[in-house]
Amino acid sequence: MSRAFSLFLVVITLVLVGCNQRGADTERLLLTGSSTMAPLLTELAIAFENQRGQTRIDVQTGGSSRGITDVRRGLVDIGMVSRSLNDKEDDLQAHLIAQDGIGLILNTANPVVSLTDQQIVNIYTGAADNWQLFGGANEPITVVSKAEGRSTLDLFLAYFKLPVADLRAHIIIGDNEQGIKAVAGNAKAIGYVSIGAAEYSIRAGLPIKLIPVNGVQASTDSVSSGLFPLSRPLNLVTRVEAKPGQVSSTTAADFIRFAQSDKARALILRQYFVPPQG
Amino acid sequence: MLAACIVLLIFGFLLTEAWPFLFSEHGGQLFTDAVWHPTTGQYNLVPVILGTLYTTIGAVSVAVPFALATAIFCQFYAPRWFGRLYTSVMEVLAGIPSVVYGFWGLVVLVPLVASWQGSGASLLTGILVLSLMILPTGTLLAIAALKQVPSEWIQGSYALGLSRWATIKNIALPASGHGMLNALLLQSTRAIGETMAVLMVCGNSTLFPFGLFEPVRTLSANIALEMAYAMEMHRAALYSSALVLMVMVFILLFLNQFQNRLESTANGKS
Repeated sequence: MSRAFSLFLVVITLVLVGCNQRGADTERLLLTGSSTMAPLLTELAIAFENQRGQTRIDVQTGGSSRGITDVRRGLVDIGMVSRSLNDKEDDLQAHLIAQDGIGLILNTANPVVSLTDQQIVNIYTGAADNWQLFGGANEPITVVSKAEGRSTLDLFLAYFKLPVADLRAHIIIGDNEQGIKAVAGNAKAIGYVSIGAAEYSIRAGLPIKLIPVNGVQASTDSVSSGLFPLSRPLNLVTRVEAKPGQVSSTTAADFIRFAQSDKARALILRQYFVPPQG
Repeated sequence: MLAACIVLLIFGFLLTEAWPFLFSEHGGQLFTDAVWHPTTGQYNLVPVILGTLYTTIGAVSVAVPFALATAIFCQFYAPRWFGRLYTSVMEVLAGIPSVVYGFWGLVVLVPLVASWQGSGASLLTGILVLSLMILPTGTLLAIAALKQVPSEWIQGSYALGLSRWATIKNIALPASGHGMLNALLLQSTRAIGETMAVLMVCGNSTLFPFGLFEPVRTLSANIALEMAYAMEMHRAALYSSALVLMVMVFILLFLNQFQNRLESTANGKS
């Protein structure tokens, strides 16, 4: 037993020593900001590291505002900001890498074809609890919502101006897949998920449909054209340097160029985001 | 020894991670807040603890009678080939990963319950899926406990002219009671810690559950749902819920130990 344990210790030590061998001359790049973007940027960073070698990119979350503060203070080269920059932030430059859109989904067995914003608010606060109110069958509504901390929930709440404590959900889900399964398996359910994920499932033949938000059809096209209201840009943010359009460190510039390149498109789509047109 | 060290390490890790929450002004909020809304600084864990208790107790009380009845049937009534066949079927069922049960629950059981009452994702569905999950191992352990009863006792009882049911009731069950209780506690710990299956079928609402058809969230599902995106206090609060879960499991294991201790001293005296 104790011999096995010491062998285990030796192996672990070797492994840990191995971890440190990335070399001192590798370039480091630190990204902080939006937690929506962190998984995508982690994927992009791995692809970039593999392509280039001798580079190490760390991605840390903390919210879009942290990304902006850190870039301004010069703590990081690139900030991740999942909204457009406002007028007071003209010292910063945004590099759009993708769009994120959220669509409301119903089961295809549900005859309801559209809901107004106010009706959606009523459903999610429990004020309206029967599909009959909206021209559907006389059946109770099953409200599907997201777990706290998810940025999809944040965007949903921000658009409908709802405090989180007012939500009355029957099913709380983690990722998009789970939400789609919940609505596909229940004709009485309503949920909201990333539009990319919903379109993928509709193509795969699942019995769900996207309904328009504020009269705009929910699709990756309307998201990428900027018409869809329940969407936001995902930006990489850097400081504006002496020459407009130029980024301070070359590694950071290369990484941003990589994130906007065709190679990144597949990774963006895999995370259910919409790559910008062009 | 090594296992004990690892458990202590895990416990220590949870404690250090939960420390900033437990020993700040937020610590008491676990039981006094109105609801669990960690992003707005409200951390009531009571509905979640209740959800864990309800699902576990429910699942155990559904599974135990079935496990006991089938074990007795296989051991005393059924022909030997049937008992063997049944045991191997149970062994296969015990090997199925919990996500598979959860997925089956999500696509079959939830719509079924929904067509009857409410949204389908509810305490009832969770109890059904969980009891189905702990049933195979429970049955196997119960059969093993019955097999432990010395065959001389059984034969002696038959030789005295006692009926089969009287033998089961007066000899086999009391003699295997200790093993049965062990099986019960082990399966309870499994039910309490089960994550994926309950997360998929329980609905995970953090409001107080008042009925079988209402959604519940368990401690383990709470961690799995929110940990990936939690920061600072929210994160520490989730570690606190892991700590609560661990304490609950420890209590069950302690009961098990205590009962073993009692058993061995009783045997020593007789």
